[in-house]
Formats: sequence, C-alpha cells, structure tokens
Amino acid sequence: MSARRIFVRPARFSAIAPYIWMLLFFLVPFGFVAKISLSQTAIAQPPYTPVFDLGAGGATLKEAFATLSLDNFRLLVSDNLYVFSYLRSLVVALTATAILLLIGYPIAYGMARLPKPWQAVVMMLVIVPFWTSFLIRIYAWINILQHDGLLNQILLALHLVSQPVVWLSTDTAMYLGIVYSYLPFMILPLYATLAKMEPALEEAASDLGASPLHVFWLVTFPLSLPGVGAGVLLCFIPIVGEFVIPDLLAGSNSLMIGQTLWLEFFTNKDWPVASATAVVLLVLLLAPLLLYERMQRRQLEAR
Amino acid sequence: MAEKAQAIDAQLEAARPEAEAAAPVTPEPQAVRADMPLLRIEGVAKKFGAFQAVNGVSVDIAASEFFALLGPSGCGKTTLLRMLAGFETPDEGRILLGGKDIAHVLPHERPVNMMFQSYALFPHLNVADNVAFGLRRAGMTRADIFTRVAEMVALVKLEGLEKRKPDQLSGGQRQRVALARALARRPQVLLLDEPLAALDKKLRESTQWELMELQRRLGTTFIIVTHDQEEAMTVAGRIGVMDAGRLEQVATPRELYEAPVSRRIAAFIGDINLFDGQVESREQNRLMIATRDAGVVAVAEPRNPITKTIVSVAIRPEKVKLSRRGPVSEAVNARALNRLEGVVTDVSYLGGLTTYKVKLDSGAVVRSSMANTARIDVDAYAVSQRVVAWFTCDDCLVLEQ
Repeated sequence: MSARRIFVRPARFSAIAPYIWMLLFFLVPFGFVAKISLSQTAIAQPPYTPVFDLGAGGATLKEAFATLSLDNFRLLVSDNLYVFSYLRSLVVALTATAILLLIGYPIAYGMARLPKPWQAVVMMLVIVPFWTSFLIRIYAWINILQHDGLLNQILLALHLVSQPVVWLSTDTAMYLGIVYSYLPFMILPLYATLAKMEPALEEAASDLGASPLHVFWLVTFPLSLPGVGAGVLLCFIPIVGEFVIPDLLAGSNSLMIGQTLWLEFFTNKDWPVASATAVVLLVLLLAPLLLYERMQRRQLEAR
Repeated sequence: MAEKAQAIDAQLEAARPEAEAAAPVTPEPQAVRADMPLLRIEGVAKKFGAFQAVNGVSVDIAASEFFALLGPSGCGKTTLLRMLAGFETPDEGRILLGGKDIAHVLPHERPVNMMFQSYALFPHLNVADNVAFGLRRAGMTRADIFTRVAEMVALVKLEGLEKRKPDQLSGGQRQRVALARALARRPQVLLLDEPLAALDKKLRESTQWELMELQRRLGTTFIIVTHDQEEAMTVAGRIGVMDAGRLEQVATPRELYEAPVSRRIAAFIGDINLFDGQVESREQNRLMIATRDAGVVAVAEPRNPITKTIVSVAIRPEKVKLSRRGPVSEAVNARALNRLEGVVTDVSYLGGLTTYKVKLDSGAVVRSSMANTARIDVDAYAVSQRVVAWFTCDDCLVLEQ
C-alpha cells in the first residue's frame, strides 16, 4: 500500500502540472485582459475604470461589476480599421504560410534523405540563425534591402535593373522577412515526420508500379500530413499576431492586427480597446487550433 | 480444409480469364527459349564503398521454382534480392528475366514484386486499398480491381477484414496482407525478404506450409531470403547458400545436408562432427584417413576425386550410433568400420530426439543424436557411462576445404 502511494503521487502531480501551468501563465493573465477589455478608458493610473478593490466591500464591488460593458467589442466590429486589420493579418498569415510550406517541404524532404551524418550538419545550418537575435537579423534585412543596400548593388552590377528598386516598406520585404524568420518552424516538424518514415514504404510503392511522382503523392505526402499540420500551425498562429516584421519592413498604409494593438496600447493609451483586440485575436486563433486537434483525434480514432 | 482450398481454386479459375484479358499487369508471354531459365543471374557484383556485398554471383532459376537464398546476416543475400527488385543496381553482371536484361530497369517497371521483411503496408490505406495499390498503378478498370482484390483477399483468407487499417491487424494478418499485395499484380517472380521473421514459431511453421501450397497453386516463381536454414529447407526446392557475398553452393535441401561442398556449409546447415586429418591410403573403394582425434577413419570413396591430403571427415550426429559394447551382429559389424570409444558427458532430451555428447579417449567430443522411437527407452545412456560411438563408412564424407 505504502509502496503504491510513493509511485502514484509523483505521477498524479505530473498529470496536473500542465494544468497548473495553464492556470498560472495563461488563464489568470487572460482573465485580467478579458476584464480590462470590458472596462472603460480613463485618465488615471491604471488607465481604465472600474478598478476592483477587494478590500472595499461587497456593495462597491457590485457597483463596479455593473459598469462593465461590451462597448469595446462593438467598436471593433463597427470600425473598419479593426476589421481590415484582422483581415490583412489573416491574408498575410495564409499567404506567408503557403510560401513557407512550398519552400520548407522540399528542404525538409531533401534533409531527410541525406546520409545520416549530413542530416546533423544541415540541421545545424537550419538552427544556426537562432543564435543571433531576431531583431538584429531583421535590421540586417533592412540593410540589405535599403536603397543602396546589398541587393540593389548586386542587381545593378548584374545589369538586371537600371536603377535601384524600392524594396523597403513594401509587402515583398515583409513577406521576405516573415518567410526568412519562420522557415525553421516549418522545416523542423516536416523533417521530423519525413525522417522517421520507413524507407521501405516508398520502396514498396515503387515496387508496386508507382512512378516517383506517384510515390510522393500517394505515400510520402499523405504520411507527412501530421508534420504539415504542425508546421502550418507553428507558423500561421504567430504570423497572425506578428508585429515586429511588418512594422520594420512593410509600409504603413495598412496595418496587421499586431500593429493596431500596439498602437492602441502605447500610442492611444487605450488599454480597454487594446485588450478587446487581443481577446478577439485569441478567439480567432483558437479556431485553427481546435480544427487541428479534431483532425488529430480523428486520426487517432481511425487507428 | 481441403474443400475450402478447392473452392478458392475454383474462384481463382473463374476469375482468371477475364481479369487476365483486362490486366496489362499480367506478364506478356515472352519469347522464352526452351533452354533459357526464367531468371538468369550472371556474374552479378555489388560494392558499397569498400565493402563487397555481392561478389560474382551466377545462378539460373527456373519458372515455377521455389528458390531460397540462405546465409548469415551480412552475407549479401538481401542485397542480391534488392538488385532483383531494382532497389540496387549491380556494378557488374547481368540479370536476365525471360531473356531480357533488367539489371538497370527501374523498380516500378519490372514484372517482379517484393514482400518486405517489415511488410511495409501503407498505414493510411485499408487492407483492400493496400492490395489494390499496385493494380491501380497498372491502370486496371475499377471492376477488375474489385474482382482481383476480392480474389486476393480470399486467397490469403482475410475475408471480412478489407476495411481494416494495418494497425488494426495482428502480425499474422499483416503478413498476409503483404503477401496478397505483392501477389496481386501476378508478378513473374515474387521476392520474399525474410517474410516470416516477425512471426512466432508456431505461426511461422504453419505459414511455411501455406506459402508452399500457395506457390504450387499459383505456379509463380518464388525467391525467398532467409537466415533460418530450417525454413529454407522446408519451403524451397533449391537453396543457394551465400557467405561473404559469394554463392557457395546451390543444391536441393537433401544434397545440401548430405553432401555439402565445404566445411563452412557443413557447419552452417544443421549440426555436424568434423575431424581433421590426412589421407593415408586407399583400400578398394574406400579412403583411409588418419585423423588427429578419432584415429583412422574409413570413408566410402566420394564422387569427387580427392586431390588434397589435408582433409576433414564430416559426420552428422544422427548417423553416429551409440552402443554399450560396440556393434555386435555380424551384418552390422561388417559395415561399421569406424568405432570410437568414450564416455557420455552430456545428455539432452529434446522430445523427438535425444542428443548425447561423448568425450572420446583422445579428448575430442562427438555428438550423437537418436530418435526416441519408443515411449519407454530401455536403451538410454547415462552421463559418465562408457560407450562405443560408431558409424559406417557410407555415412560420413570427406571435405577438402
């Protein structure tokens, strides 16, 4: 009996540990944000009302609760600025994720087919950019893309263009920055699924008369779908909320939701609207996550 | 059981003509010359870096033959099989199938199919789709595919499991799906890479019989790779023994066991007692060989003339008889020219037979095994009993290498 306890306790703790983590570092902060999103902006410290004072007694608390409203959310749906921001974020994230998949898949596929010692080397090459600060790498891109930057110098030297091309503050530069930054997040999960795939499966397909193209479409690709799903999510979700890259590389005429949020928070000092923006963003991002989970569960059930 | 098999036969016959007419998969009856074997492997060699995996292998395999490639792991048998499937290309030599060199034909263009050791079933496809995979690639019509899949599923007795995914099947069922999938295209040659290695002993034995029956019924050429000599001897009509990339001997199971060409093969196939010695003299049709451990041994003149003087005498344990005082009757005495005296040191009762280890007076050990033909054995020998181990000159052979 006592022996059993010793073994059960740590097991139980490790089972609830993720939930404690979720509670402390996600649900509680999210509760704060959700509460602020229902408040009104105020010139005060903190810059919103009401502020719950637990020591003030029940009646005051009740009063404070009554002042909470959904006004901020109404603003989000009624003002085109926010709707366009959300839409632009989704479009940018979808486009960038598609480009990432198109570039990342062949790289991951090639990596998984290299001789084992080479795989480790290429894996290092994929990870090595992480050793430099993300911000510095984006500034390096600004350097490369600017009017008299490296890219224009090369293009001019090769006589591909007659005068410098404007790269900075364009969507092209933004997509370049996003794809560059997120590529490892697409490659790694794809590589993981492709590398553990049994080589005999592709041989069997080819033995049964499938041409190399058919082998890929009928066997390799379907079996790599879990990796595709993971890579797509790992890129899509953070790109939707991306702030730094569009801010530094894209033009300022249309904003992604991350930029709008930043503006509300730091420039307008409107914490409630910024919070509402964040809550809506989170709800939007839950949709693909839930979809992915359902897909995975269905896959598990099919087994 | 027999009725069921007949019923399947009837189904097969009924399904065959139309399916064959529609299926481009079915091998064209190629202009095979009468003197040409279905498959001719000619001086095939393959190197991986500095490692010579396969070294100058030549062998002819006839149509409808059940051929086994036998050898320890790393002997090159799997590499040879993979060259037949097209996954490796030989550095040297030719592989002629029906007279046509296929050594450099891509795997998906060969009329040869392979059953993989891991089965390599497609995990995202159910049983029926796994079996149909090769048929779809061949461009058969839906109706023909449906018929052929049903036929194949019945052939391997998996009716009712068509919709299951591979990981909903037992190991034995997966093995059958792999077999059905590889046979579905009616290959000219079916390659089997250790097809039974993943099954437990009982299932493996019953599956060996089923494989043989299937092969006889379909008349397809089967080439099986195995490291299990018992399996090779059970299923195959002929066995090629490989060692270090070379094909050492190609023979029927009986020849391989009773007349191995080298010490290595003699020791690899079954159990054997070996005595080194040198040829001392010839007496009529017998060779007298002076051995280090067993004195002078008489051996019936082997078919091959012996050219070397340093040789080994080989004798299988079941051909070594034991008795308390040596062979008594005159008739036996006349043949039993070789008598070795010693003490029993080990007795292992294995059910069907009992093996004895006898330590000879020279210090060498001779193994003898005897079938337990009676339930109560009055003749059993005990440890430390003094016995005579004897064998006739016809039962041993001389090995030169």
